[in-house]
Amino acid sequence: MRPFGTTSNFSRRGFLAASAATGLGAAGLSACGSSDDSGSGKKTIEWWNITTTQPAKKLWAQRAKEFEAAHPDVKIKVVTLENEAYKSKMTAQIASGKLPDIFHTWGGGVLKQQLDAGLVEDLTDRVSSWTGNYVPASMAAYKFDDKLYAVPFDIGAVGFWYNKALFKKAGITAPPTTWSGYLDAIRALKKAGVTPIALAGKEKWPGMYYWAYLSMRVAGLDAMQKASDDADFTGDDFVKAGQHLKDLVALQPFQKGFLGGAYSDPNGEAALMGNGKAAMELMGQWAPIVEADSGKGIGKDLGFFSFPAVEGGKGALTEVFGGGGGHALRKGAPQEALDFLKFFAEKEFAEKLIKQTGLIPVSKDTADALTDPNLTAVSEMLNKSTGFQLYLDQAYAPAVGQEINDSVAALIAGSKSPEQVTRSVTQVAKSEKS
Amino acid sequence: MTHSTSTSATSSAGSAPYVPEVGKCDDQDFAAAGPGRRRSPLRRVRDWLSAVVFTVPALVLFGMLVLVPMGYAIYVSFFNWGGFGSPSDSVGLNNYTRLFKDPVFLGDLGRGALLIGFSILVQLPFALAMAVLLNQKLRGRAVYRMLFFAPYILSEVITGVLFSMIFAPGEGLADKVLDKLGLGGLGGDWFAGQHSVLPTLFIVMTWKYFGFHMMLYLAGLQGIPAELQEAARIDGAGTWQRFWHITLPLLAPTLRISAFLSVVYSIQLFDLVWVITTGGPDHASETMAISMVQYGFKRYQMGYASALSVVMFLISLVFALAYQRFVLRRDTEGAITTMRGKR
Repeated sequence: MRPFGTTSNFSRRGFLAASAATGLGAAGLSACGSSDDSGSGKKTIEWWNITTTQPAKKLWAQRAKEFEAAHPDVKIKVVTLENEAYKSKMTAQIASGKLPDIFHTWGGGVLKQQLDAGLVEDLTDRVSSWTGNYVPASMAAYKFDDKLYAVPFDIGAVGFWYNKALFKKAGITAPPTTWSGYLDAIRALKKAGVTPIALAGKEKWPGMYYWAYLSMRVAGLDAMQKASDDADFTGDDFVKAGQHLKDLVALQPFQKGFLGGAYSDPNGEAALMGNGKAAMELMGQWAPIVEADSGKGIGKDLGFFSFPAVEGGKGALTEVFGGGGGHALRKGAPQEALDFLKFFAEKEFAEKLIKQTGLIPVSKDTADALTDPNLTAVSEMLNKSTGFQLYLDQAYAPAVGQEINDSVAALIAGSKSPEQVTRSVTQVAKSEKS
Repeated sequence: MTHSTSTSATSSAGSAPYVPEVGKCDDQDFAAAGPGRRRSPLRRVRDWLSAVVFTVPALVLFGMLVLVPMGYAIYVSFFNWGGFGSPSDSVGLNNYTRLFKDPVFLGDLGRGALLIGFSILVQLPFALAMAVLLNQKLRGRAVYRMLFFAPYILSEVITGVLFSMIFAPGEGLADKVLDKLGLGGLGGDWFAGQHSVLPTLFIVMTWKYFGFHMMLYLAGLQGIPAELQEAARIDGAGTWQRFWHITLPLLAPTLRISAFLSVVYSIQLFDLVWVITTGGPDHASETMAISMVQYGFKRYQMGYASALSVVMFLISLVFALAYQRFVLRRDTEGAITTMRGKR
C-alpha cells in the first residue's frame, strides 16, 4: 500500500469518522473484550482467525491448548471464521467498538480504520525485542507512522509463474522485465504454437491481478493510495493501465474458452500450467502447490519472475503486490494476549508452520526452514522489494473489491472499455464511502 | 377473509358454543340467502372451531418460518446494510430505484424471459412428443421411461459438474465427439462464450427436466379413456387428428400444470448456473437468484440484495396468482375447499 515507513491516511468509510467523532471508539474500550470469567476465575482471551484449512487449523488450535497448559489461569477462545464473513463481521465490530483481544488482520486500509477509531494496541515497543529479524516487507502492511500495530505470521506475493521449457521453445532466453518486452514474449510464444497464458476467467480475481499490477506500474503506489482515499479511480493512469491490459487481451494470449475457465478444476488455470499446456500464469505463492494438485506439476521447469515494469510508468519493477496475515490486539487487551502472540511466534512453532502449511518465513531466524525453491523465489522477491501493495480486495470494502473483479472481467471479455472500468469502480467506491 | 376475527373469537371463547360476531354475520347471510338452505348457527361455529384448531399450528409455523423472514427481507430492503449488526442507515426506496437502473438486473429479467420462452416452446413440446411416443406399445418402453426420467433424480450440482466437463472447450466430450464426426466447427466455447452460454445451459436444463415433464404427461395420457381413441379411429380420424382433437384437449390440465412448474423453475433458477458458470462470462448467464447471492454474499450489500429478492418474490407471486386466476381456474374448480361449500 505504501513505500516502507511512510504514513498513510486511509479513512474510507464515513461511519468510521462518525464513530471516532462520537467517541464510540473510546466508549468501546470499557465495553468490550476479555472478560474475567468470574465463575472459574479464569481469564478468557478471545482469538479470531481465518485459518479454516487443515492442517493449519489443527496446529493453531493445538498451539492455543499448549498455551493454556503453560498458563493454567488463561482460557483461549478460538473463533475461526471464513474470509468474507470475517471481513464483514469485523466491519460491524468496528462500528460497535468491540474487537476481540487478538484478531486476524491483513493490515492496510482496514487496520488503519480500526486504528483511527482508537481500537488497536500499539505494539511497537512491546514486541521489538523479538521481531528484530523480521523481513521489512512482511511488516509493511501493519506499520503506520513508524509504529507497528500487528505481528505478521505469513507473507506472500503475486508474480508470473512460467514454464522454462516452453519459453525456451519460443526462443525467449530471459524473462521479460518491461511491458513491451512482455508483449513480445507473448507474440513469440503464440508463434511457437504455445498458449502463452492460462487464465481462470470464471473466477474473476485472477484477471484482476493484471489490472492491479498494471495500475501499480503505471500510476504508482501513491496514486493507488490516493484513489482509494478519494474514492476516485478515474485518473488517466488508471485508464492507461486498463488500456495496457486491453492491448494484452488483443493478442489473444489465453487458452481456448478462458472466459469460462476455473482455477483449480481438472481443466482449469492451474491444471493447464501443471500439465505444461500453457506457458505462464500470474498467481500468488500458492500456485506451484495447486498446479501439482490439479495437474501433474512441471517440477524443475517451473520458474518465477516479477511483473514487468511499464515504460514511462511511475511504479518500479521491485514493488510487490501481495499480502499476508498478522495478529493485532485490541486496545487495552490483557498482557496474556501479548504473551500468546510471542508464544505463537516462537521459532520452533513458526518453523513447524513453514514446513507443514507452506507459509513463507516472516523472520530471518526461520528462513532456513524454507527449503522449497519456488517459495524461496517469492521470498527473495519480497526481501528485495522497495514497496508493497496489499491485495485490493483486502485493502478495499468487499463491494469495491468485487466491482474491480467484475469490471476487469468485463474488460477482458471485451464488453467494457478501460474508461468504463474506472467509472464503475469509482461509482461503487463513492457509494460505499457515503 | 374472516379468518382473523374468527381466530380471535374462538380462541378466546374456548369451548363456548356461541360467538356473537359470527352469529350476527350469519343472520345477515341467513336473511339474504333465504330460509331452509342454511345450516344451523351452532353447526357453523363448530365448523369454524375445528378449522381453527387444525390450522393454527400450521399457521404459526408458516408465520415463523415464512412470513416473518419475508417481512424482515422487505424491511431490510429499505436500508443500506452490510449484513451484520442491525440495519440503521435507512435509504427509503433507493435500493428499488437503483435496481431498475442496474443493467445486470435488467439483463436478468431479459434472460429469465428467454429461458421461460425456450422452456415453453422447446422443452415442453419435446417432453410431450416423448410421452406420446412412449405411450405406444413399444419394446422396452419401461426402460426408456426410466432412462429419460433418471436425469431428474440427479442433483443439480452433480449435473452441473458433469456438464462443465462434457462442455469443456476443446478438451471435453462434446468437442471430441464433434471432432470425430467431422463437425469440429460446431463445437467451441459452450459455457465460455457470452453468446453460447445460454443455449448450452438450456441444453442441460432440457436434458435434466424433460423427463420429469414427460412423466407428468404419461400419467395424464393414462387417464384418457381408450374408448375415445377407439371411437375416433372407427369414425376414420387419422393419427394426427386424434392427437390434435382428443389427446391434446384431454391432456390440457396436465399441460397447464407442467407449464406452470417450468416457468416457476426458470424464474428461480440458481443451482445449476451457480455450479457451472456462477453467472458468467460477464453476467451472460446470470439469473435473478444469482445476482441476489452476488450482491448479498459477495458484496455484502444485504439491503440491495433484499430489494432484489422482494422484486423476485413479487414477480413469482403475480405470475402464480394470475396463472391460477386465468389459466388454472377450471382445473382447480371444486378442488379448493371452502367453508360454505361455495365461494
